[in-house]
Amino acid sequence: MKKQVLAAAIVFLLVGAAAYGAFFVAPTERTMGPIQRIFYLHVSSAWTGLCAFFVCFIANILYVFRRQPQWDWLSISAAEVGLVFTTVVLVSGPIWAHPVWGIWWTWDARLTSTFILWLLYMCFLLLRTLVEEPDRRALFSALFGIFAFLDVPLVFGSIRWWRTQHPQPVVMGGSGSGLDPTMWKVLFFSWFAMLALMALLMRARYAMEAARGELEMVRHEAEAV
Amino acid sequence: MSLLSSTTALLGKELRTEFRSRELLTTTVVFILMVIVLFSFTFDPTYNESRRFGPGLLWLAFLFAASLMLQPCFLREQNNDTLSALRLSVSDPFAIFLAKLIANTLFLLFTEVLMLPIFAVLYNVPVLRVLGQLLLVFFLGSLGVSIAGTALSAISAQARMRELLLPLLLLPLLTPVLVASTQVTVGLLDASPFLEWKGVGFLVVFDVIFLTALWLFGEYLLEE
Repeated sequence: MKKQVLAAAIVFLLVGAAAYGAFFVAPTERTMGPIQRIFYLHVSSAWTGLCAFFVCFIANILYVFRRQPQWDWLSISAAEVGLVFTTVVLVSGPIWAHPVWGIWWTWDARLTSTFILWLLYMCFLLLRTLVEEPDRRALFSALFGIFAFLDVPLVFGSIRWWRTQHPQPVVMGGSGSGLDPTMWKVLFFSWFAMLALMALLMRARYAMEAARGELEMVRHEAEAV
Repeated sequence: MSLLSSTTALLGKELRTEFRSRELLTTTVVFILMVIVLFSFTFDPTYNESRRFGPGLLWLAFLFAASLMLQPCFLREQNNDTLSALRLSVSDPFAIFLAKLIANTLFLLFTEVLMLPIFAVLYNVPVLRVLGQLLLVFFLGSLGVSIAGTALSAISAQARMRELLLPLLLLPLLTPVLVASTQVTVGLLDASPFLEWKGVGFLVVFDVIFLTALWLFGEYLLEE
């Protein structure tokens, strides 16, 4: 318990420091002005969300081959936390886009694939609520999770090739794009803070799922007696 | 039995079952027809508009129809308690998927080919000069839909709310198929038609990736 409080405090400080960095350390962007500072939340959440889904994918594969409930617990924790970060991306995106592009939303590759990603993992969670039997639920959701994750690059590729009518990505785009070195530092620090937050949330969610799994097992045994 | 011979035997069984009742095919054909008619009310189907929106609505109709048509694929086995027998009868469970997905591709392709002239007439789109290429896209698209759909129908058959669940799981997964097939079809229905090879290649890649995934993980979908 003590360790968890300490971990939470550290994460709190990290996220606070990242916010401070985004507001006061990073330089103001030349054309977009202060609104660009949402970038540090937006991009770091997006990367963190992807990391969470990657954890979920690995957990899914391990569950299919090893059949230990731990991997199932990890996969649901990762999927839920990833969904939270993706939601942050989907909400902060339009808030940033509206003053800068003049529109809330555009059907560009990254926006649209993030949305599809969000939908896919929403369905992943939905599937879990609709299969009763624990082992079957774990196996089916793991298999769906694998299919969903394999689909993500295809979704991105298809939309990027055929449905995008807008500028190159700022980060890792073509030539001419790029960030101020301080911006890079703040961005990576924010990402680090978000990853810490992700680990904290995932750990808490995992403990909850593990408790639920054990309770289910005990209840099952009690019924059998 | 080798994979090939068991697949052929199972495919024969799938086709026989369907052609005895033909209920799946008739329902799907009527469903697509209805969607095509209803879509005409959502925009003004003039010659130019049809060329722009036609391919998209055609593929959406196909996807919606497929998400309903693939429903009984494993449900039928489950309702008749034939899944275990099916699994015992073949050495490689991939044969079951292969047979079902080939049958589903054929069913989809059949309904699509049947709907194409009706679509062409109703929306005034000339399709005859690009018929071969259109069939190629239809085939690759339907194959992708069937691979993913057959796998997911094995999942949804064992869940609650299965009628709603299959479209929910399937449609977001099929986004790349929808985008690529629509794009290629738009090119083919253009005033000066062209075949977008990139889209065709993309569909092939999608099919190969999901077929491999099904081959790797398919047996787990049939566990009891």
